[in-house]
Amino acid sequence: MALIETHGLRKDFVVRRKVGRLRRQRHVTAAVHDVDLAIEAGEMVGYIGPNGAGKSTTLKMLTGVLSPSAGEVRVCGLRPVAQRTRLALRIGVVFGQRSQLWWDLPLAESFRLLRHVYRVPAADHAARLRRCRRLLELDEFLDTPVRQLSLGQRMRGEITAALLHAPRILFLDEPTIGLDVVSKQSVRAFLAELGEAGDTTLMLTTHDLADIERLCRRLVVIDHGRVVHDGTLGELHARYSSRRRVVAELDVPWNGAAAPSGTSIEAVEADAHRVTFALHSATAGELIASLAASGALRDVSVLEPDIEDVVARLYAAPEPSRG
Amino acid sequence: MAEHPRATAYRALLVAQVRAQTQYRFSFWLDAVSSSVVSLLDIVAVLVLFRATPALGGFSVRQCLLIAALGNVAFSLADASVGNIDTMRQYIRTGRLDSMLLRPMGVLPQLVFGDFAPRRLGRVLQSCLVLAGTLIWIDPQWTVGRAVLVVAAPLAGAVIFASVFVAGSTVAFWFVESGEFANAFTYGGRDFTLYPISIYPGWFRKIFAYGLGFAFVAYYPALALLGVADPLGAPAALAWCSPLIAVPAVLAAALVWRVGVRHYRSTGS
Repeated sequence: MALIETHGLRKDFVVRRKVGRLRRQRHVTAAVHDVDLAIEAGEMVGYIGPNGAGKSTTLKMLTGVLSPSAGEVRVCGLRPVAQRTRLALRIGVVFGQRSQLWWDLPLAESFRLLRHVYRVPAADHAARLRRCRRLLELDEFLDTPVRQLSLGQRMRGEITAALLHAPRILFLDEPTIGLDVVSKQSVRAFLAELGEAGDTTLMLTTHDLADIERLCRRLVVIDHGRVVHDGTLGELHARYSSRRRVVAELDVPWNGAAAPSGTSIEAVEADAHRVTFALHSATAGELIASLAASGALRDVSVLEPDIEDVVARLYAAPEPSRG
Repeated sequence: MAEHPRATAYRALLVAQVRAQTQYRFSFWLDAVSSSVVSLLDIVAVLVLFRATPALGGFSVRQCLLIAALGNVAFSLADASVGNIDTMRQYIRTGRLDSMLLRPMGVLPQLVFGDFAPRRLGRVLQSCLVLAGTLIWIDPQWTVGRAVLVVAAPLAGAVIFASVFVAGSTVAFWFVESGEFANAFTYGGRDFTLYPISIYPGWFRKIFAYGLGFAFVAYYPALALLGVADPLGAPAALAWCSPLIAVPAVLAAALVWRVGVRHYRSTGS
């Protein structure tokens, strides 16, 4: 069984809308609609989608905060709501708006408290805290009350707080939102290292495409409560026909010949000295080899597809019909 | 002696809360003093009433004072332990309840220990002193039974009040803007127990005294301590039934609470 598994997961919210002066109409909307997920141990999964797509609602059902309206959920083999406290010992959660820290106490004091809350042996706790202190550079504000921390400092504190009990899964809801550039990089590098170590499964929601490229080997895209894509970043590009491009600088002008097989020409610029090819079935190596064989190749660069475009296109796609 | 790990966790929450509160020392003392004064005023109100009338619902000033003192101890104990649960509405509205649901602990104990207000202990002390003073003034014929009753009744009463606090707070799970609805039963219940139930009109008495069990907090135990018969004709044995009322009250509150948490719909992201 996968570490996180859902079948037909669904959450309905009842909205009462005013109709006329006194009457109210009950209106049921599905925030999450028949979501099937299977996430294995050690994966780094980006859960992305536009605002209101159902990302946070899904995470809340996976962590035992909300009970699903229908469907099956198992996280670490447990039913999140029914076995909430047991699950809590096995997962770490960073919800930006839901602090796990004690507002009026120094950060170090929150960490000490969490050791008791999660019943972590003192030696393990100290070792994990030491590692986070070093990698997330917590030392300069460890004795500051949490309410006085900057957002970036607090977020680094929240991530540490979520990891002190060595959870098997770390859920993060928008871990880099609103952070300054330095904090963003620090958080991203830390999470990348954590994920690559392989002991912790990461599932994060984000709007930040740099997070996705750096952290998510697998992307689950949700829109209007439904999963619209589940696969690697590459598969997402393939599906939305965004291609890698090769820009070739030539010594002699491009002769207007047909593009080598498996590629197409996107642009001919600089008096035909610069040609941009889009890769279809051919690899960059094959194209470059074939250009080099003509003897006129001076310089070459490979452009990765722009995920921003892909995601923008994905979000702009027409709303799927609702059942 | 090895402490249960969960007990250590709750104690840690408690200590943290007390430490956090002492960060605002002035407001702490201000609250402690003002809440003691307020609850003393409840007792004074009973005395003031007797300047206008020699008897209330068939009871003299001393008898009424005993009822009020017993009710006050029960309420202040419940208020000190779970009274802060009326902050649940804020927790739900701001989404801070999510943070509690993410920890490996029950939500109710987190609210009780994590929000514990030491200033409310001043009120417990004050109400116990008033009860002791009243007992000295009345000087009942002490028997073993009465001695047990004077301790057991406020404890059972506190459990009944605590159940009402918990059950009332769950309204916020369904209606976030539940306002002061629950307070009608908690603080309303406190005011109800300060006077003999014989003064209340029938339907109101039925709901609060029997339906919610508030007659068992102070009124029936006071009758037994005073050795007087109920003017409403209830059997004397009811004085001893407070714990029997407290048990179903707790079970009902626990059930409503569980259903409420399941019904929780977290707000925002």
